[in-house]
Amino acid sequence: MRIQYSPNIRIVEMTCTGNIDHRVILNAFEEGADGVYVAGCLEGDCHFQKGNFRAKKRVNAVKKLLDEIGLGGDRLEMYNLSAAQGPRFAEIANEMTAKIKALGPSPLNSPAGGCCGCSKEGATN
Amino acid sequence: MIIAQQKPIKEIAAMIADCKKVLLAGCQGCVAVCLAGGDKETEILASALRIMRKLEGNPLEAVTYAATRQCDPEYIVPMDDLVKDVDAVISLACGVGVQYVAERYPDKWVVPALDTKFIGGSTVHGVWEEKCGLCGECILHRTGGICPIIRCSKSILNGPCGGSQYGKCEVSKDVDCAWQLIYDRMKALGRLDKMMEIQMPKDWSKSRDGGPRRAVREDVIIE
Ligand code: SF4
Ligand code: SF4
Repeated sequence: MRIQYSPNIRIVEMTCTGNIDHRVILNAFEEGADGVYVAGCLEGDCHFQKGNFRAKKRVNAVKKLLDEIGLGGDRLEMYNLSAAQGPRFAEIANEMTAKIKALGPSPLNSPAGGCCGCSKEGATN
Repeated sequence: MIIAQQKPIKEIAAMIADCKKVLLAGCQGCVAVCLAGGDKETEILASALRIMRKLEGNPLEAVTYAATRQCDPEYIVPMDDLVKDVDAVISLACGVGVQYVAERYPDKWVVPALDTKFIGGSTVHGVWEEKCGLCGECILHRTGGICPIIRCSKSILNGPCGGSQYGKCEVSKDVDCAWQLIYDRMKALGRLDKMMEIQMPKDWSKSRDGGPRRAVREDVIIE
């Protein structure tokens, strides 16, 4: 199956979303990502039982932190899908890209914030 | 362990508002275990502060270090080089660590990132509860291993009081009555007779009385 999805997504592979760490997400923003989404397995389908539920809690904690520090929690999302859902993967990639485009580039990338103003999203799986 | 929690990030940012470069000093002791000031929390806070300041158009350079523990001054010494060219040190240790850092670097602005809360332990991952009031003379052998000083809302020595209702303390339905717990345990141990012994007023001179306390072990002092 060859499905097109937004080419601006950079995929960061992780062994399980349960391994996601606040630092990985914050680092993606510091490195210039305009948005980040965590793609975990379907709820109830985690190979390690609760990895994706734990990821969800951490994502929510980082969203809150992003709100507090002014970057905006809506630049971060968590999605759940299975490895067999290729079309859904592309749909999410496009959906997130559209959402971040609407929000505009990360203010961290604006000249005042110091980067090149490029538009790219980091995705983690 | 000492239980601490991070202050609101805006408060921490305000303490270093006029600084261009800071060192965030974590501690791998109690505050790492209670997930407030270990390596991970130190790096998260550094990242968050950098982002916050960059958004304000006033970038902050934030470097990190995590000491084995900050409550032993010898573990602060390795920070010397890092401290040299920073405008401030943000310590993520308990209040003890913050003070030792401030003592070692008299010309540096040293600020606390945490609120030091109490001495306790964790019931489940992510939940901590207070267990000891540091009274200076432990009486757990008289109370079935349950501390009435800190776990009884009134620190009563001959409880329970009249506010004990169905095992709960009158201050909140979420707080167990310490004296009910003591009674239950003494009963299970067949030692209810112990509860008939009247506890004399506690010797509070062994608690925080007359200024800060010191503990000395002459036999281990290295001359
Ligand atoms: S009796 Fe005193 S030392 Fe013992 S647990 Fe209670 S407060 Fe701590
Ligand atoms: S109800 Fe129990 S715990 Fe609460 S103040 Fe009275 S004796 Fe102490």
